[in-house]
Amino acid sequence: MNMLSEGRPTKQEENLTMPTQDAITTHTGNRALMVDEPLIFETGSPDRSGVDLPDAPEVESRLGGLDRKAPIGVPGLSEAEMVRHYTRLSRQNYAIDVGLFPLGSCTMKHNPRLNEKMARLKGFADIHPMQPMESVQGALELIHELAEWLKLLTGMPAVAMSPKAGAHGELCGILAIRSALEARGDAREVILVPESAHGTNPATAAFAGYKVEDIPANSNGRVDLEALKARLGPDVAGVMITNPNTCGLFEPDMKAISDAVHAAGGLVYCDGANFNAIVGKVRPGDLGVDAMHINLHKTFSTPHGGGGPGSGPVVFSEALAPFAPLPIVEKMDNGHFHLIEEETAEEHHSSSFGRMVAFHGQMGMFTRALTYMLSHGADGLKQVSEDAVLNANYILRSLDDILEAPFGKSGPCMHEALFSDKGFTNGLGTLDLAKGMIDEGYHPMTMYFPLVVHGAMLVEPTETESKAAIDQFVGAFRSVAERAKAGDELLKSAPHFAPRHRLDETQAARKPALVWTEPEDFAEAAE
Amino acid sequence: MKEDKMRYLPLTPEDRQSMLATIGAQTVDDLFVDVPEEARLTGPVQGLPMHAGEMAVEAHMKALAKKNHAAGDMPFFLGAGAYRHHVPASVDHIIQRGEFLTAYTPYQPEIAQGTLQTLFEFQTQVARLFGVDVANASMYDGSTACWEAITMARRITKRSKALLSSGLHPHYVSVAKTMAKFTKDTLVYDAPQLDAATDGQRLLDQIDSDTSCIVVQYPDILGRIDNMAALAEKAKAHKALLIAVVTEPVALGAIMSPGEMGADIVVGEGQSLGVGLQFGGPYVGLFGCKEKYVRQMPGRLCGETVDAEGKRGFVLTLSTREQHIRREKATSNICTNSGLCALAFTAHMTLLGEKGLRQLATLNHKKAVQAAGRLSAISGVKLLNDSFFNEFTLVLDKDARPIVRALADQRILAGVSLGRLYPEEESLAHGLIVAVTETVSDEDVEALAVALEGALA
Amino acid sequence: MSRYFTDEHEWVEVEGDTATVGITDYAQEQLGDIVFVEVPEVGTELEQGDDAAVVESVKAASDVYAAVSGEVIEVNEALEDEPGLVNSSAEEDGWFFRLTLSDKEELEELMDEKAYKAFVDGL
Repeated sequence: MNMLSEGRPTKQEENLTMPTQDAITTHTGNRALMVDEPLIFETGSPDRSGVDLPDAPEVESRLGGLDRKAPIGVPGLSEAEMVRHYTRLSRQNYAIDVGLFPLGSCTMKHNPRLNEKMARLKGFADIHPMQPMESVQGALELIHELAEWLKLLTGMPAVAMSPKAGAHGELCGILAIRSALEARGDAREVILVPESAHGTNPATAAFAGYKVEDIPANSNGRVDLEALKARLGPDVAGVMITNPNTCGLFEPDMKAISDAVHAAGGLVYCDGANFNAIVGKVRPGDLGVDAMHINLHKTFSTPHGGGGPGSGPVVFSEALAPFAPLPIVEKMDNGHFHLIEEETAEEHHSSSFGRMVAFHGQMGMFTRALTYMLSHGADGLKQVSEDAVLNANYILRSLDDILEAPFGKSGPCMHEALFSDKGFTNGLGTLDLAKGMIDEGYHPMTMYFPLVVHGAMLVEPTETESKAAIDQFVGAFRSVAERAKAGDELLKSAPHFAPRHRLDETQAARKPALVWTEPEDFAEAAE
Repeated sequence: MKEDKMRYLPLTPEDRQSMLATIGAQTVDDLFVDVPEEARLTGPVQGLPMHAGEMAVEAHMKALAKKNHAAGDMPFFLGAGAYRHHVPASVDHIIQRGEFLTAYTPYQPEIAQGTLQTLFEFQTQVARLFGVDVANASMYDGSTACWEAITMARRITKRSKALLSSGLHPHYVSVAKTMAKFTKDTLVYDAPQLDAATDGQRLLDQIDSDTSCIVVQYPDILGRIDNMAALAEKAKAHKALLIAVVTEPVALGAIMSPGEMGADIVVGEGQSLGVGLQFGGPYVGLFGCKEKYVRQMPGRLCGETVDAEGKRGFVLTLSTREQHIRREKATSNICTNSGLCALAFTAHMTLLGEKGLRQLATLNHKKAVQAAGRLSAISGVKLLNDSFFNEFTLVLDKDARPIVRALADQRILAGVSLGRLYPEEESLAHGLIVAVTETVSDEDVEALAVALEGALA
Repeated sequence: MSRYFTDEHEWVEVEGDTATVGITDYAQEQLGDIVFVEVPEVGTELEQGDDAAVVESVKAASDVYAAVSGEVIEVNEALEDEPGLVNSSAEEDGWFFRLTLSDKEELEELMDEKAYKAFVDGL
């Protein structure tokens, strides 16, 4: 026979003892796929470039004598190095594509790739905001079509498309409220905000020049209607209410709240961050809301991109519609679409409070959101909210025997389940459970928010998780919660398996290093 | 609804039943008990279509896209705050990596070092490009960054009168005016004039001890480049701040940075690098300033630190300025910013490097100089500018706006007419802003020249 | 020389017409690592109850109210480089500012050390 014994060994040596991870060091400090990546300032150089450009024509320059002579200090990489740099860095990120991302109030649902493909069609991606309107009819039509979807889904008669993100949408809504009140000569100065609100609510009201006062919550985690009514008066411009609220609960008195605010001459802003719980199922317009922003980057699946871009269209009631910001896309009688800007606002939009951004809003997000809506349809969107709420309640009931659920007794939650760290021992808290979840391969839930619950943990699974994925997540959560209740010391130093251990935020804040500076020996080494 | 067609929803009817059983509910409607019954819809929202497959959706979207004139399909010369540059293929590849695309704001730094390190690199690149000490992790766009800079100057100087250059983009002025109505800031502004000189001297004369800031665009809306060192000096003497606005960051590969001329705050639109036109958004606001003002900055900041093992790492820092902590006392209400566009910007900048950026800037400038020569040789066309980067203003002997429309019908996108930007200012109606980037070919310029000759004849 | 305390966890050390103000050891313990202190400008006229300073940890910013009225005459510049002094020496080296008292009667409303200790024990 032909005894060929060369080549790689295929049999593992028996009785090998596996060393502990700590006992092994590597030359690079890397661990297989876990690879550290230096900064471009340490590896790149000003002379290196990953682009080829044609030679410039030989003409006199006309820069007015302001040529930039001093070095700029931005290093370059070749394309191969550049792709590797960012690819390596990307692998140090958790993302929806990697696993379940239960960040409460952030609606981290799957981002369909058809959205990305559609946004890149040249007819959307490669058009300029100031092109003559006849040359961008399809883009204007798309904005108009998306606006119609948003109006129908919310049961509201008007929508402003230009706000750039949720907080910008809040600002849009509050400015419309202020404009409407001023238009009737009714200067009011206070906006009421529940204690449990997102920080953007009070910040927005203040940005628009309002004083902010808290609305207390009742023991069920809802707005205290009687306390609210008692506070309403001629100085109250309006309320900002998140519904479903930040505890993941629907405000059953929403209509009564709206009626009371309206009766007192105020207006109602609804923070739509949690619209995913009710999309296709409940229309905010039926609850007396005057303005509500919609985070296209939450409910309508446009990607979060590590912190934006978002998009925050705002729907308006009849009372606020005349004050909506410019520009506005309108369909003309001849079927053409027209962009109403300052020039043409006089006739029908003379009460508009003005322009909030340079151009027409987040077109790239509109394309993705409309693609998502068309994919789901009215039936699919109803299923979205139902599944999102089902998944959250399933988590609530699968864990409320081991974790305290502050409002769990009062009934079902909406699209997110709220727990607290009550019962953890040995000084462990929500942060430690969160870091323990990282070692289990998950992004943690939202922690320490809402502020009205001590050691809050807000879990939002979204509708795009399968039962199997949720069961595994629940198992991991239960296991880490058990360790936290038992006082497991190891949780204090978690995560142990992430690209980094806990980072020193105190040092970062005490001695801020916000840009890279050459270390002294770096300059010498480069010489 | 046929379950098998809902491609994004993984729960099966059996899953739903078993989960309801765990919850102790009969139907999913039992979970919506807090919603008053009269507010609960019994069926799908009326007036909207039902779900559709990929092919059907794609067909719908493509039909809309086809109704637009894509810039790449014809000679294209629009600028005025949004510029068409070639974005290398690798940049789009990087921002489509799911680990970047589908990540959230880096609140858990141990598993977000990828986003955080790129933000740190972005901040450094922006600060160096602008010639200032620090930069933040991005704003929505240039126009909102500009207003935030004005409010920041108010907080620092405790004054509320801002002098806006007539060369500031009129939409940026509009945004500031909208906000100032509510915040009671005073904005001093006049529309520009068709003059080769900027209104630098007027601004210089207007600075007084009530002035909070002077806002100057560089290059300005008409493409003019002016040294702002004298403004910086006088601002300093009156304890006011100089804010520079850069809508075309590629220019800073060729001309001195605002920081080098003494600007205190530099903001800009970063769309030129990596992001693309996208009909106006999403774009990426750039925001930098002198270090001493860092605690008054809006937006997120990424900073360097170490982990428990002493390894270098990055975190979001100085968060006490921000809304989630400071609430009504925050420096801004901004939360979500423009992270992925910032990634596109930084990746493109990394691919260019200083050498590539300077080459790109030179190429833009010289092509523009050449085009300006050709176009201003046409009878009935005058070049307004003495100096410019990749954008200049032509003064036609007819109204420019109808000509731009007529040329669009001939599939030439000729530029932005001042009539579109300043419909109220009749004296500007003959102005046409023409941008010439590296994407413009000699043939494109010739096509525009011939068409203009025809239109003016 | 005598030391007073407020129920907002500030201490006031009075010597003649001059008062030195800081936050208590109990307060720094509650706040955690202090990363930044914003002190008032010299020359500021403070009314009792005004926002006088801000003390920041990584996760929170807390307003420090003027415990007494007066004109700020000196601020602790060491805090700029070393905010951690508030943690390591809250009631000595980590003082915030000094002011000239404009109304000494305000001191009568404040607690002495013993009363403050009892107040904290009751929290």
